[in-house]
Amino acid sequence: MSKRRISITDTTLRDGDHAMAHQFTVDHIRRIARGLDEAGVPVIEVSHGDGLSGSSIQYGFSLEPEERYIEAAAEAIERGRLAILLLPGIGTREDLKRAAELGAKIARIATHCTEADISEQHIKAAKDLGLDVHTFLMMAHMVEPEKLAEQAKLMESYGADCIYVVDSAGAMITSQARERVRALREALADSVEVGFHAHNNLCLSVANSVAAIEEGATRIDGSTCGLGAGAGNTPTEALVAVLDKMEIKTGVDLFKLMDVAEEVVLPIMKHIPRIDRASLTIGYAGVYSTFLFHAFRAAEKFKVDPRDILVELGRRKAVGGQEDMIIDVAIELAQRRSQEVAAVPPGGCASN
Amino acid sequence: MALKKTRVAIIGSGNIGADLMYKIRRSHLLELTWMVGIIPDSDGLRKARELGYKTTHRGIEELLEHDDDFTIAFDATTARAHYRHAPLLQEASKIAIDLTPAAVGPYVVPVVNASEHIDKANVNLTTCGGQATTPVVAAIGRVAPVDYAEIVSTVSSRSAGPGTRQNIDEFTETTARGLVELGGAQKGKAIIILNPAEPPIIMRNTVYAKIGKDADQESIKRSIEDMVKAVQEYVPGYRLKAPPIFDDGRVTVLLEVEGAGDYLPRYAGNLDIMTSAAVRVAEEFARRFPQLRDKRKPGDQAGGAER
Repeated sequence: MSKRRISITDTTLRDGDHAMAHQFTVDHIRRIARGLDEAGVPVIEVSHGDGLSGSSIQYGFSLEPEERYIEAAAEAIERGRLAILLLPGIGTREDLKRAAELGAKIARIATHCTEADISEQHIKAAKDLGLDVHTFLMMAHMVEPEKLAEQAKLMESYGADCIYVVDSAGAMITSQARERVRALREALADSVEVGFHAHNNLCLSVANSVAAIEEGATRIDGSTCGLGAGAGNTPTEALVAVLDKMEIKTGVDLFKLMDVAEEVVLPIMKHIPRIDRASLTIGYAGVYSTFLFHAFRAAEKFKVDPRDILVELGRRKAVGGQEDMIIDVAIELAQRRSQEVAAVPPGGCASN
Repeated sequence: MALKKTRVAIIGSGNIGADLMYKIRRSHLLELTWMVGIIPDSDGLRKARELGYKTTHRGIEELLEHDDDFTIAFDATTARAHYRHAPLLQEASKIAIDLTPAAVGPYVVPVVNASEHIDKANVNLTTCGGQATTPVVAAIGRVAPVDYAEIVSTVSSRSAGPGTRQNIDEFTETTARGLVELGGAQKGKAIIILNPAEPPIIMRNTVYAKIGKDADQESIKRSIEDMVKAVQEYVPGYRLKAPPIFDDGRVTVLLEVEGAGDYLPRYAGNLDIMTSAAVRVAEEFARRFPQLRDKRKPGDQAGGAER
């Protein structure tokens, strides 16, 4: 295990966009990207939380146009490479092309864990643009390792350079993370890397990332201060510290990274992701981490418990991107409750 | 005495073609004659034979040899195939109702703009999401200007065929364009999500429209409800999941589309709304142009002229 090299992708400026409610300023992007780059982070991801063209009513509008974010990051990054995220069905090849022109070097293309075949045109388009392609199989806890490996093989056949097991719900216990990474590692050609992206809803993000590395993952995502959806991502600075103690090289300067986290990122955070009853429910029920704020808003509007919404979404097997279903569920829960109240006869419970 | 029906053919014997067949059987205005495929033992061709329709697995060429048998052709193949079929059909003075993403002709949504295009030789059914959501955007737009419309269509993974999967950008781009060109919004955005849950989920759509804080909510609500009723005339399973929600200068409309369960299962409302709309458009052609009902060519009024 020792002396191996792991490549870190920092997603503070993409997954962290959820926790910032899409309110990063161009200056935030510039300063954080520069700090990460100076600390030696090799890949820095910048996009709306839901990928290119994610700025919408459904997911939330970004403060600034995405071109300005990408441009600012591309200018700030000197040593590392700029990555963007794209979800087929939300963003298009046109968006990819524009991002490449603005300086993106890596396209991260994400689909739900059973829908890899919708990424073919985007993976090929990204390769044609000369980008490296890292793909995401999101909500990977929802399928068995064998099925996940089949989907990874599809992405491999389209030309992906690295395929990530993505625990979007932060729902995996360590053995589940391990089995999935192992299944991909065994199924894919040696030339294709395996990556792991965690959420900390069950407080397992660093542990699961380490397990993923032990099973052959060579790219790991993190986020400074854990800034990300749900209870946040794997804190990049903690991950780098652990890997350093394991004698695994990342090329990242731990103290510089800690300083970026504490001095640049922490002061601008609007919300400190943490394991509270809502984010823990997300991990426990296996729900897309990004649903957190949306569930809070719907719960407030329709006067229901956000946990009930989240559990019901898990029961209905909602997938990433279905933020509109949160409204459906909240309305139904509110209706159900008012019916229950109405069903109680006058004088009801107390007199019986 | 019953009116003489307009004779139609289906090109493409896959899921969509087979579902069209069952819907045309119920039409009082259309009479199916041919089902055209390319795979001899496809389920669609087999069912068509069982029901007594003429079939061929030799594609459009054989159909075109039977000029008297049809005046309208539904194309339920692929965009690539339709690019080839479109000029052949036009040359034969046939009307093409295109269910592929080829979009050789203008986009039509029955309750929104079909009547404007019943003089074209080739019309396109846009996307399932477009069929489901454009009517609602238009309904809002006829009461209050829509600055921005955004739609999210969620369909079951099982109902999304390889055509959709390999061309998902065409869905988002075409649907977004339709919200502007047909729905009348200033700007449009479309999102599609595939959900693999079992049992499969019924197609659902969310329409968001920015209408300004002073818009007349009661009129918008009534207009949407009227429009939903109009769509229900040809898609009975089209319905509001909840009353429109007004909030922060915008309206949110939650829609569900359950299919009729003809050839395709009920959850596949996304496919049902396409075939239902196609039949509806063909019926408008038939109603408008009585000459389509006999063996004469569509003639100058209906055929030939592509604008």
